[in-house]
Amino acid sequence: MATDTSAYEEMIKGLWRDNPVFVQVLGMCPMLAVTNSAINAVVMGLATFFVLVGSSFLVSSFKQWIPKQVRISLYIIIIATFVTVVDYSLLALLPTIHKELGAFIPLIVANCMILGRQEAFASKHNVKYAVMDAVGMSAGFMIALFALGSVREILGVGAFFGIDLFGANFEPWVIMILPPGGFLTLGLLLLFFNWFTERRREFLLKVAESSRVAYVDGDK
Amino acid sequence: MDNLLWIFISTLLVNNFVLAYFLGLCPFLGVSGQLETSFRLGLATTFVLVITALCAWVLNTYVLIYAPYLRLISFIVVIASTVQFIEMSIKKLSPSLFKSLGIFLPLITTNCAILGLAIFATNRGYGLIEGLTFALGAGAGFTLAMVLMAGIREETEINNVPALIKGTAFNLIIAGILSMAFMGFAGLFSST
Amino acid sequence: MTDKQDNIKTSSITTEEPSSSRLIFSMAVAGFISGIIIIAIYMLTFDTIKENKARELREAVFKVLPEVSFMQKLHFMDNKLGVVKAEGMDDEMIFAGYDKQGKFIGYAIQGKGPGFQDTIHVLFGYLSSNQNITGMEILDSRETPGLGDKIFKDMDFVGEFINLPISKEIKAVKKGKKTQENEIDAITGATISSKAVVRIINIAFNKWSSRLPQQGNEPLLDKN
Repeated sequence: MATDTSAYEEMIKGLWRDNPVFVQVLGMCPMLAVTNSAINAVVMGLATFFVLVGSSFLVSSFKQWIPKQVRISLYIIIIATFVTVVDYSLLALLPTIHKELGAFIPLIVANCMILGRQEAFASKHNVKYAVMDAVGMSAGFMIALFALGSVREILGVGAFFGIDLFGANFEPWVIMILPPGGFLTLGLLLLFFNWFTERRREFLLKVAESSRVAYVDGDK
Repeated sequence: MDNLLWIFISTLLVNNFVLAYFLGLCPFLGVSGQLETSFRLGLATTFVLVITALCAWVLNTYVLIYAPYLRLISFIVVIASTVQFIEMSIKKLSPSLFKSLGIFLPLITTNCAILGLAIFATNRGYGLIEGLTFALGAGAGFTLAMVLMAGIREETEINNVPALIKGTAFNLIIAGILSMAFMGFAGLFSST
Repeated sequence: MTDKQDNIKTSSITTEEPSSSRLIFSMAVAGFISGIIIIAIYMLTFDTIKENKARELREAVFKVLPEVSFMQKLHFMDNKLGVVKAEGMDDEMIFAGYDKQGKFIGYAIQGKGPGFQDTIHVLFGYLSSNQNITGMEILDSRETPGLGDKIFKDMDFVGEFINLPISKEIKAVKKGKKTQENEIDAITGATISSKAVVRIINIAFNKWSSRLPQQGNEPLLDKN
């Protein structure tokens, strides 16, 4: 049972403690470029999910046969293959969304988060852990994308998934869906994340402190 | 000629790779601490971008018309190996140049601005000259953004910034303001 | 490469050095497998993608030309406008629209040019009988969402291109300042994009108007 809990932990860490965007600040380029609406963010998140889980699976299953000297090139070939698959599938199945995400789908290859996970985790762990880690990391990435995309769409268009929220009287903050809005929103989200983490740490410290005091008191 | 000028100015200012397309953010947020380093990194990136445009054009004209599906993978492999090859030859031919620029080269190859340039140039159907102009504009724009960012960050070093916001959040907000300022350049084209 | 290898070697535990033929072999296997996967997905999706693109184009032509039931591609080559059947599209192509009986209606002309962000690709319908534009459709653009993309989302703007005389060059003016027949109200907040659309149409029209055959000599519909 012990192995199961730690596999679960590998998955859960990507969501918050090691969140690829908020904590590790990786994969910024697709992160900011495609998050001007919630639906784009979700599709980009799913595409990244597929690529990351697929390549982590392959890399960890074949890790004995991958020579150290050419490992980076091999990872890139694996990742690029998955990205091409995603690119063509989207083009065939969701042509309208592909039009909007357009040039940014191939750029998933250059998302340093994916290569980073192969190098730091998948190449050193067995298949189960590697896949769990990939699922967690890409879910964390998706959460961040979704948060950014929703904030930008709600404020910048006054809609959520294309559904009008505030009626005709709302004057959209167009700047939010323009590039500066991406930088500003992510900056503020990071600030919020830092603040929350800090508060949580202080709170835990306080709890620890008071329980220690209680313990010392009881000892008397 | 008009067209070339338009490509250059628009990639330099209006559609700046970093501030409007978010390409090359990793070095932009990571390395832009010092003015001197940022400028050199910018130059090295411009150099790689030009090489990339050249590679992309060769691939597009001679290889990819027969096999469009190999686009992504061949861009990556060819660009990475060309840059590596150039890195080696610079090291051999001019150690001083290598010291000032070459150390950045491996870092740049994994930069999304490089792949982004190749893909954008292909999508827009640029020829050789247009592609090279595009690369020069993108490189100059990248350098400009890096240098501006580094300048601002050097200034804020001595300021009293709250600990909570220090780091990436702060840099992102500066980038947001810069990006907003760059949007103003869009007016350049209103008269045409 | 050797330099990099040395770096890696010193940073990790030195194990026995695999031979370079083994390195090449593993790269080749990986390349081969990835090639097979890529070609497979390309073949699988090829038909759907082609169909999507053709349908998109057909819908656009049907939108800009009223009451069209058939269309065919015309290609300008060697100073002549001829019917082509080939797949794909290039800049020297326009489309002719025909009604149910196969009678010629008008042309759908395409034009490309710089917009606010990137190239805008426009398709517009043109009736040579009364020199009117019958409609406009943006085939491709990367204009700013929320502002520039109004050139195809703002139906008032798109509607202005229905029955617009182009005997004189069309012009975009500030919203509400429209006085002449050949003037268009630009979109507030997207003046540059609106002007770009108008400019692209003018340039494309000038390029093609001399190339179009005399009235009555339009290419016949080739029903096959």
